[in-house]
Amino acid sequence: MANVFTSIGDWVTERVPNMMPAYRKHMTEYYAPKNFNLWYYFGSLAMLVLVNQIVTGIFLTMNYNPSAAGAFDSVQYIMRDVDWGWLIRYMHTTGASLFFVVVFLHMFRGIMYGSFKKPRELVWLLGMLIFLALMAEAFMGYVLPWGNMSFWGAKVIISLFGTIPYIGDSLVQWIMGDFLPGDATLNRFFALHVIALPLVLLLLVVLHLAALHEVGSNNPDGVEIKKGPKGNRWDALKPADGIPFHPYYTVKDLVGVGFFLLIAAFIIFFAPTLGGWFLEHDNAIRANNLLTPPQIKPVWYFTPFYAIVRMVPSFAGTAVWGVLAMFGSIAVLFALPWIDVGAVKSVRYRGTGYKVALTIFVIAFLSLALIGTDMTDVLFPMLFGSGIDLTTWTNTFGRIMTVTYFGFFVFLWLYTHLGWEKTKPVPDRVTTHD
Amino acid sequence: MKSLLSSFALALVVLVGAMPAHAEGGDALMKSGATVRDQASLQRGARLFFNYCVGCHSLKYMRYSRMAEDLGLTEQEVMQNLNFTGAKFDDPVISHMPAASAGKWFGKAPPDLSLEVEARGADWVYTYLNSFYLDPHSPIGWNNTALPNAAMPFPLWALQGMQTAEMKPAKAGGSATVEKLVLSHPGKMTPAQYQQATRDLTSFLQYVSEPAALQRHHYGIWVLLFLALFTLLAAMLKKEYWKDVH
Repeated sequence: MANVFTSIGDWVTERVPNMMPAYRKHMTEYYAPKNFNLWYYFGSLAMLVLVNQIVTGIFLTMNYNPSAAGAFDSVQYIMRDVDWGWLIRYMHTTGASLFFVVVFLHMFRGIMYGSFKKPRELVWLLGMLIFLALMAEAFMGYVLPWGNMSFWGAKVIISLFGTIPYIGDSLVQWIMGDFLPGDATLNRFFALHVIALPLVLLLLVVLHLAALHEVGSNNPDGVEIKKGPKGNRWDALKPADGIPFHPYYTVKDLVGVGFFLLIAAFIIFFAPTLGGWFLEHDNAIRANNLLTPPQIKPVWYFTPFYAIVRMVPSFAGTAVWGVLAMFGSIAVLFALPWIDVGAVKSVRYRGTGYKVALTIFVIAFLSLALIGTDMTDVLFPMLFGSGIDLTTWTNTFGRIMTVTYFGFFVFLWLYTHLGWEKTKPVPDRVTTHD
Repeated sequence: MKSLLSSFALALVVLVGAMPAHAEGGDALMKSGATVRDQASLQRGARLFFNYCVGCHSLKYMRYSRMAEDLGLTEQEVMQNLNFTGAKFDDPVISHMPAASAGKWFGKAPPDLSLEVEARGADWVYTYLNSFYLDPHSPIGWNNTALPNAAMPFPLWALQGMQTAEMKPAKAGGSATVEKLVLSHPGKMTPAQYQQATRDLTSFLQYVSEPAALQRHHYGIWVLLFLALFTLLAAMLKKEYWKDVH
C-alpha cells in the first residue's frame, strides 16, 4: 500500500515538480514565531468562516430565487421545505456576523502588535482590501432575503452616494438600475454576491497569505525572528524562535476552531437571531416600499461607520461630508503603516501615550457602535434621566467620539513622526510561549 | 493593557447581551411565557387558531402535513378537526376569506400570520390578544392598547369577556390615554384560563414562525456535546505536539 502512495506521489511530482516545495514553503517549512497568543487564532478562523460562507452559500443558491417577487418566499421555502435548509441558512447568517467578529479582532491584533509595520505594509494593505470587499459582500448579501430591512437598508445605504454633488442622483439610479431598490437591484446584487465578490475575496486572501509568507509572521513581542539567531531543530539556517507552521500551528488552530465552533453552534441551534442582532425582526416582513420600519439602521457590524455618517453635520448645502468622513474612517486605516512609524512594533514595549491612545480608540469605536445601533437611545435616559434632550446628547457624544476616532490617527502621526514616544527596550528573542 | 482591554470588551458583551436589538416603543409588553417545547400547549393553540383565526388569517408558509408531524397529530385528526377549508393534507393553511373583500370590510386585508411572532415577538402577540377593550368611538366597537385603532374586531371576546378602559384625564392639548383595562363583562373563561389560552395561541404562532426551532432544539445539544469532545481531543493533541517547544 505504501508503495502505491509513493508511486502516485512520484508520478505527480514528476509532472508538477513545484507542488511539494510549495507545500513545504507554506506549511511544514514555514517557520512561525513560537509565541503566538490568543489573538493569533482569528486569521485561521476567518479562513474557516470564509469556507463556511462559500459552501453554505452554494447550497443556498440552489433553492434561492433571485427576484423581487420570489426571493422572500424562497427563503421561507429554504427554512421549511428544504431538507436541512434551516441549518444551512443559519450557518450562513451566523457566519456572516461571526466573520466580522473575527475580522475586527484580527485587525485589532494587527494594530496592537504593529503587524502592519515594515516589512509587512503590503500584508496590511491586502488585508484592508479584503475588509472592503467583505463589507461590500455583506451589504449585498443582506439585501437578498428581500425583507423590509433589506429593502430600506439598501435604499438608505445606496442613497449615501446621492449626496455627491452633480452626479449623485444619476449615480444612485445607476447603482439600483431603478428609482427604488427593485428586481434589477436584487439581480445584480445576487450576481455580485455569489460570483464577483467571492472571487475577489479568494484572490485577495491568497495574495494576503502569499505576502505574509514572504516576510514571515509578526508576534506579540514584535520581534523579527528572521533577524534573531539562526538554527532550530529542523533547520540550521532557519530562525531559532520559529517552529514549523504544520504541525504545530495547525494542531493549535484546531483547538481555536473547536472553541469557535462551540460558540457558533450555540448561536445556530439555540439563538439564531441572537435577539435580533444577527437576524433582524423587521426582515421577517416582506420588502414593502410603503411601510417604513420604525428605525432604519444597518446590521451591527456596519454601525460604527454608519454612526459617523449620522454625526457629521451637512454644510455648504450638501450632506456629502458625512459620507466622506465614513469612507475616510476606513481609508485612514489603509494609511496606518505611514501614519504610525514608531520603530517599536508591539504594544508591550511602546510608550504609555500609545497604550492610552489605543484604549481610547477602542472606546471611541465601540461608542460609535452604540450610537449606530441606537442603543444610546436606551442608555442615555437610563443613565442620565428621561428628561434629557436625546438628540443633543447623542449628537454631542457622537461627534466627540467621531473626532476621537480620527484623533487617534492624528495623535499617532505626531507621536511617532515627532519622536515623542518613550519606548521600553525590546528583547532580542521572543519572550513567552503558551 | 491586555487585561484592561479584555475586561472592557467583556463588560460591553454583557451590556449588549442584556439589551434588546430593537427598542420597542411605548408601553411595556406583558411576558407571554410562550414556548414551543410544550406539545400539548401547541396543540391547544392550534385548536384555538383553527377555531377563531383561520376564518380571516392565513399561514401561507405552514403546511397541514408538517404541522401534524410536529404537533404529534395524525392526518385524520388534522383533516377532521383543523382543516375546514377542504385543502389537501400537504397544502398550506390558506384562509377562505377573499383578500379584496376583506380589504373593503375591514379597511385592510387581515395579514398572513406565518411570521407574525418572528416580526413582532411573542410578547407583543400575547399582549395584543390581552389588550382589547370596548371603545364606542371606534367604527368596529373595539380598540386595542397594544395596537391603537386596530382594524380587527376582537374574535376571542366570548372567551375573555369584555374589557373597558379607564381613562387618564387628558393633558392640556393632548388626548386622553388609557390608564388600565378592567374586565367589565366576564366571558366563558376565568382570567387565568384566558391567559393560558392566549399563551397557547402565542406558542402555536411562535412555532409557525419557525418550525425548525423544534429540530434546532433536538439536534443542538448533541452538536454541542460532539464539539466539546472534539475540542477536548484537539487540546490534548496540541499539548502532545507542543511538548518539545520550549
